[in-house]
Amino acid sequence: MGIDQVVAAVVAVVGVPLVLLGYIIVGEQVIERLPESVQGWIRPYFWALPAVGFATIFMVYPLLRTVVISFRNSADTDWIGLANYKYFFTFPDTLTSLRNSLLWLVFYTFFAVFLGLVIAILLDRVRYESLAKIAIFLPVPISAVAASIIWKFMFDYQPPGTPQTGTLNALIGLIGRDPVAWLVNSTTNNAALIFVGIWTAVGFCMVIISASLKAISSEVLEAARIDGANEFEIVRLVVTPLLWPTITVVGTTMLINALKTFDIVYVMTNGAYDTDVIATQMFSQLQHAHYGRAAAVGVVLFVAIVPLLIVNIRRFQQQEEQR
Amino acid sequence: MSVEQVTTRRESAVAGSVSALNNLGYRLQRLPLHLVIIIFCAIWIVPTIGMIINSFRSVGDMGASGWWTTLFPPHGFTFASYNQVLTLEGVTPSILSSVLITIPSTVIQLTIATMGAYAFAWMKFPGKDLFFIVIVGLMVVPIQMTLIPVLQFFQLIHLNGTIMAVWLAHSGYGLPFEVFLLRNYLGGLPREIFESAEVDGAGHAVRFLRIAVPMTIPAIASLTIFVFLGVWNDLLVALTYLGTSTARPFTVVISQLVTSLGGGWQFLTAAAVLQMALPLAVFIFLQRYFVRGITSGSVKG
Repeated sequence: MGIDQVVAAVVAVVGVPLVLLGYIIVGEQVIERLPESVQGWIRPYFWALPAVGFATIFMVYPLLRTVVISFRNSADTDWIGLANYKYFFTFPDTLTSLRNSLLWLVFYTFFAVFLGLVIAILLDRVRYESLAKIAIFLPVPISAVAASIIWKFMFDYQPPGTPQTGTLNALIGLIGRDPVAWLVNSTTNNAALIFVGIWTAVGFCMVIISASLKAISSEVLEAARIDGANEFEIVRLVVTPLLWPTITVVGTTMLINALKTFDIVYVMTNGAYDTDVIATQMFSQLQHAHYGRAAAVGVVLFVAIVPLLIVNIRRFQQQEEQR
Repeated sequence: MSVEQVTTRRESAVAGSVSALNNLGYRLQRLPLHLVIIIFCAIWIVPTIGMIINSFRSVGDMGASGWWTTLFPPHGFTFASYNQVLTLEGVTPSILSSVLITIPSTVIQLTIATMGAYAFAWMKFPGKDLFFIVIVGLMVVPIQMTLIPVLQFFQLIHLNGTIMAVWLAHSGYGLPFEVFLLRNYLGGLPREIFESAEVDGAGHAVRFLRIAVPMTIPAIASLTIFVFLGVWNDLLVALTYLGTSTARPFTVVISQLVTSLGGGWQFLTAAAVLQMALPLAVFIFLQRYFVRGITSGSVKG
């Protein structure tokens, strides 16, 4: 990390906005001299070009190229049909990663949204709501890397009979249970990792659900109370249905997060002891320069996300109609 | 909380006279509610506090007893872990590297996004709707889908392993979401302002720089915090394009140390505290903007 990098960073921070400013001013000067009919045609593309160009180079083209690579060998010299996919769907290690990603998909999504909803509803009923929200939201700005180290200590394991340094094992020691090697034991490790994921995500779900909760008119709730509904019925029959659109939005985000999960698994176990997920599996293929196989894993991940992508576009189109 | 209880509370608020006994009953009934909330708050806050406390203990203490034992004398607090981490090969440069990656990435993508968003918000052109739908779709495309071709692209233009590569990659990945969000914000500005400026002879450059950008500052501010922390906390992008380069950021170095150190990883608590100090400071001091940045994307869309 030399001085030249500092200089480069300063140049970029000052230079990029200046270059874009110049691009706009000079470009507009040129466009304004063009015939009226050409102006209207060329100007929007001129303005959209930098953004669309970046998106094309770094997302659209790579996406298509990855699909192509997934049908080719590692050296990218020959077509090998579905061999990379066949590998993914038959090799035990990759199948484990597929199973684990399904576990993440179901449990991470469900509990992050469910706990977010429950906590939002509970906090709505107490005076210290904003303070409690800070506590629940605290893990959100923390990086997954730091969160992983935080939880490595929570799950820390020492042999039975020695003082436990991990908070969790110390707690179960209080009720006379033997310590558990949470991250090594294959019956607990995936649950442990998924829990860390949930821990980092609940704050996000809670904040968004809570914002919609505040928008529900108190008259509706009052009416339900007058009709004799108890608090549980109100939550189940009135509040939850009213929050449903928000819950689906948050749920889609969580589903996508679950499929893309990488950091927590990479830092906490690096995929060892059968904790691999699709994204870590892909990364290790990439590191071994098995580009074809890595691309195939990427395509599988993408195909899994396509339905959610369509849902997002549909929702966007509905919002556009209301504008 | 039953209906009776609620009505009692409402009535008491109106009448201002409730028997002490009734009040006590109401409080007792709400006790489980408070208990559940306190348990949740503890689960969400204690792990972080525990690790922060541990970072101020010696490695020997960390391996011999839990962080809670330090709450009672002798405390034995020390900066040893911080000294050890900061003198470790590559750690201090990686912190600088994180700064040098994060600030340019944020500036580059937000300037480009603002300009693009203006075109989508205030100009008409054939294919605009289709372009924008592609952008909405790209928002959820996993970056894993792009890693290999972009890596090969960087190798081709000899950018692989440089911070420039990460600036460009982050900018490309961040753009769809930012264009989407800023276009919605820009599109919500009053049409009359732009029309009257046009009548006064102001071109698009003037309308963009003098009207659109200043009026979008609140949205840009929230987005800046959001993007900044996203890049600061990123692992995958930097790991892929910088890997073992000397320009790799703090998150990458920490993750590599966790794997390579095996048993002696405890002093990395200090590294984790240093890494999360900035996000936590941002969250604490700019809470409102931070939460707005996070919620604006998904609530309104």
